[in-house]
Amino acid sequence: MSLENPNAIEVREAVKRYGNFTALKTISLSIKDNEFFTLLGPSGCGKTTLLRMIAGFEDVSEGAIFLYGEEIEGLPPHKRPVNTVFQNYALFPHKTVLDNVAFGLQMRGNSKADSRKKAGEMLELVQLSQFANRKPSQLSGGQQQRVALARALAPQPKVLLLDEPLSALDLKLRKAMQLELKHLQRETGITFIFVTHDQEEALTMSDRIAVMSSGELQQLGDAREIYESPRNMFVADFIGETNLLDVSVDRIESGQAVCHLDGGHALTCPAIEDVTAGLNVHLSVRPERLILTTGPDTDTGMKATVRENIFVGTDITTLVDLADGPQITVRTSNSARGNERIFEPGSPVFVNMEHGAARLLVD
Amino acid sequence: MATRSYDIKSYTGFLQITLLCLFVLYAPLIVVAVYSLNASDSIAVWEGFSLRWYADVFTGAESAKFKVAARNSFIIAIIAATVATTIATLAATAMVRGGKFRLRAWSFGLISLPLMVPEIVTAVATLIFFNSIGFERGLLTILLAHIAFCIPFAYLPISARMQGIEDTYEQAAQDLYATKRQAFTKILLPLMLPGIISGYLLAFIISLDDFIITNFVKGAGVETLPTAIFGAVKQGIKPNIMAISTMLLGFSILMVLISYLVSRTDKKS
Ligand SMILES: Nc1ncnc2c1ncn2[C@@H]1O[C@H](COP(=O)(O)OP(=O)(O)O)[C@@H](O)[C@H]1O
Ligand SMILES: [Mg+2]
Repeated sequence: MSLENPNAIEVREAVKRYGNFTALKTISLSIKDNEFFTLLGPSGCGKTTLLRMIAGFEDVSEGAIFLYGEEIEGLPPHKRPVNTVFQNYALFPHKTVLDNVAFGLQMRGNSKADSRKKAGEMLELVQLSQFANRKPSQLSGGQQQRVALARALAPQPKVLLLDEPLSALDLKLRKAMQLELKHLQRETGITFIFVTHDQEEALTMSDRIAVMSSGELQQLGDAREIYESPRNMFVADFIGETNLLDVSVDRIESGQAVCHLDGGHALTCPAIEDVTAGLNVHLSVRPERLILTTGPDTDTGMKATVRENIFVGTDITTLVDLADGPQITVRTSNSARGNERIFEPGSPVFVNMEHGAARLLVD
Repeated sequence: MATRSYDIKSYTGFLQITLLCLFVLYAPLIVVAVYSLNASDSIAVWEGFSLRWYADVFTGAESAKFKVAARNSFIIAIIAATVATTIATLAATAMVRGGKFRLRAWSFGLISLPLMVPEIVTAVATLIFFNSIGFERGLLTILLAHIAFCIPFAYLPISARMQGIEDTYEQAAQDLYATKRQAFTKILLPLMLPGIISGYLLAFIISLDDFIITNFVKGAGVETLPTAIFGAVKQGIKPNIMAISTMLLGFSILMVLISYLVSRTDKKS
């Protein structure tokens, strides 16, 4: 190995074609050792395909994949020190829970007794010791999920691949498993590549996130970067909730773009590359970064009318109509302070943006 | 009530037709089974209960002939079912797990077509085949013919079972360091086992009671149970034929029962 500290996985200009259909279009990304890395994207964007290429179930049409600096193309799945938690778990129905977990250890050449002993320890780690002698079909969905996890972790792979492992669980269990997964990753020190289409899950769990759509990598960064500095319309729209407004750029002044909405409201936000005066671009602003007031609070306050308040527990979502402009969404926390900023439908208000909350995007 | 008109039981004549069908299907079998317990020498006159014809099968004048025929039948059925099931298992693996290959639909047709060919045609063709390559007729020709026609019977339950097994199990096995071969023997094969047992029992029964093909390809003086029974019947039906037929029937029912129990325990797990 040439590198001191090679990446756990490096995908170098990998392309995947199925006949005439290109499922992955020239993907390049590096996943660091000991990282909780998430592939995030809508269904059909190629997440599973990329995982299967790393696991060895699909060949790479072009490009290469490296595991700790070594190219793995051509190695069959059983020779790759990589394990998968399959989307439907794929627990062996004819084997007991214990033998399921022991399977990988045994295939790696450990004795039956040794494998079972280690498998028992793994089951303890996921708190399923008392179910060791049951068949998978006698367990609940959440328990099966943990068996699948124990089975994949038992042979101590260098990288663990998880294909939407929590998608079949109900909300409460999913939240608990998110924490458990995160703990397991820290305890074992194994690199996790986690696949999900749930942006909230990705944001809470990941060290870094790769956002994908239609076989392309849209943005790679940590949760904050992806959420606060989306690089394009797709990422801004897919991650969290946002207001996307059409604006025209009037001029660029010391790093700030001065623009106006269709209705004439003037706005200022940080300029980005490729944006010049006269251009029509988009402006993204998160609902929680907007504040309603009765009078113009800042110089960016925009006149609007409250249309509707929607109570969502921790927050209150307010839909307001900008004067001569589009409808936008404002989110206010359901707190004593927040409740001072809730107004009856029909009330005239001003919508104020927090400083630096707005972000320009080109198509 | 809306559901009522769909209830087949309300159709006129449903009960009568059902009873008629059951009667036609089972009356001859019941008559044979009952009269096998007849004490009389005649097959038509009931003279009281006796097991003498069952004893006659094992000790009577024709018992030596029947014993040899029964031994031939069971040896052939065991070997033919074993070989046919092995071939059918491999064929099902290739067909179901072989991905989309050209001629796949054709291959399936080729495997199952013999089920639809009239048996007499297969019999004549097999006979002509053995004659043209100069194969001397005897036990071996019967065995080869049985292996051939048992394959589609063994294939159907095995491939049906296999279609219900997702290929992610084998992928999971390979992901956990099993070679392709280990994934097959340790994961796929045990999951297929109920289908394989059904296929084996079906092939066994089909081989055991085959008459037409066997009669064509057997050598002179070589008999299986069905051909021996046919030979005996030609000299007039004696009650011992009923006894031997009833035993064969009982054996077939036992096999079907085992097959059913295997598939049922499997569904429970
Ligand atoms: N074996 C295959 N043959 C042809 N197309 C495939 C195959 N597997 C996946 N695809 C296509 O590749 C695209 C990406 O699929 P996938 O990786 O499963 O998406 P995701 O996991 O993100 O939902 C989809 O459009 C899918 O239809
Ligand atoms: Mg997928």
